[in-house]
Amino acid sequence: MKHISEYYQKDICGNLAGQISSGAKNLGSLTFMEVCGTHTMSIFRNGIRDLMPGNIRLLSGPGCPVCVTPNRLIDQAIALSRLPEIVIGTFGDMLRVPGSSSSLEKERARGAGIHTFYSPLDALELAKNYPQKTVVFIGIGFETTTPTVAAALMDAHQNRIHNFKVLASHKLVTPALKALLESPELKLQGFLLPGHVSTIIGRKIYEFVARDYHTPSAIAGFEPADILHAILNLVEQNRDRTARVDNCYKRSVKEDGNRIALDLMDQVFEVCDAEWRGIGEIPASGLRIREEFSDHDADGIEVFVEETREADGCICGEILRGVKIPADCPLFRKICHPGNPIGPCMVSTEGTCAAYYKYSK
Amino acid sequence: MCLGIPVKIISREDKEGIAEIGGVERKVDLRLLEGVEIGDYVIMHAGFAIQKLDEKEAQETLHLLQSYLDGSLTPGDY
Ligand code: SF4
Repeated sequence: MKHISEYYQKDICGNLAGQISSGAKNLGSLTFMEVCGTHTMSIFRNGIRDLMPGNIRLLSGPGCPVCVTPNRLIDQAIALSRLPEIVIGTFGDMLRVPGSSSSLEKERARGAGIHTFYSPLDALELAKNYPQKTVVFIGIGFETTTPTVAAALMDAHQNRIHNFKVLASHKLVTPALKALLESPELKLQGFLLPGHVSTIIGRKIYEFVARDYHTPSAIAGFEPADILHAILNLVEQNRDRTARVDNCYKRSVKEDGNRIALDLMDQVFEVCDAEWRGIGEIPASGLRIREEFSDHDADGIEVFVEETREADGCICGEILRGVKIPADCPLFRKICHPGNPIGPCMVSTEGTCAAYYKYSK
Repeated sequence: MCLGIPVKIISREDKEGIAEIGGVERKVDLRLLEGVEIGDYVIMHAGFAIQKLDEKEAQETLHLLQSYLDGSLTPGDY
């Protein structure tokens, strides 16, 4: 598809940036939040912040799944990794995230069986090949990733692979949006909605953002032109004093999303209240494994988990809520850097602190 | 973590497909989509195809963006 490469085109991006500047001229200050960590990365990598006029501020939100995974879950995974019969499978991003007193990476260096996988199906393969071990896969991620974990769980269930279990901490994006919109500390003029979460959940589900909160929003893809297109859309909605949920990533996002993926997710998981690191509990914002699949729920494995402790001085929570930026953290650069990450926002490549560290002077 | 990449399907057998990404071949699970055909582009995430890329929509969006460029349309017209 030759059209994909065209989304990088310099002249298109330059022109969009120009339109954004002129469109935003007399609109006062505009703060837009990108909810998705992958957008944060693309925005920094492509220098999109530098293209913005002075009155547009781009803020990163809670869309880095690794960053919002509670400390307690990491501690639990670490405790499990110390049991001799258990092998941990995880997406690579989780490896270095600090728990209360250790990390999976440190445990691995001490000899624990911890493997990183690109796909949950590869972890299932491992379980098939080592029936004498129990493979615990750490299920994190938003709606983009959850169906893939649901698929692996369903395969394990149907093929009676009893030694494959999931430690689930999946999160839902729309309840988090709602929590942000309800928060009096944050004033936003628009949301850049996540492209691949929306690929699964569709456009319609966001209607409440415009209807109940009168806040403009636009679903964006991940190429530079996609993101600029969505920002321009938000500028225009502000100029026209209107609030809609617009789809600027139509080649991948449909009105109702991906029905098969949503159904699979619903078969395996049920909605529950969930703890977001740094934010606290958000009602009905998480997913837990249904009773029917409890055989594959690693939460049922008995293990002693140490008392949870948050890193002293780390302000990841306020950063994830959009009320502070990394420069406000006294540890930023001086003590906390990618070589010595104190909080999750510095560990994950999608974390706001890591992005600021790498790309801003 | 929500990174998804556009890949081209070069063969399929039931729910198992092979995708090509920059000359490299990879297994891709197709169970989350209906009617994927050889030659289709899909977004791949964590080993699964999560959506077919809609070529018509891709072209339309590009047209829109290009029309800003040549001045035939200004933002707000659509
Ligand atoms: S700079 Fe480090 S310590 Fe400070 S908020 Fe970010 S991750 Fe936490």
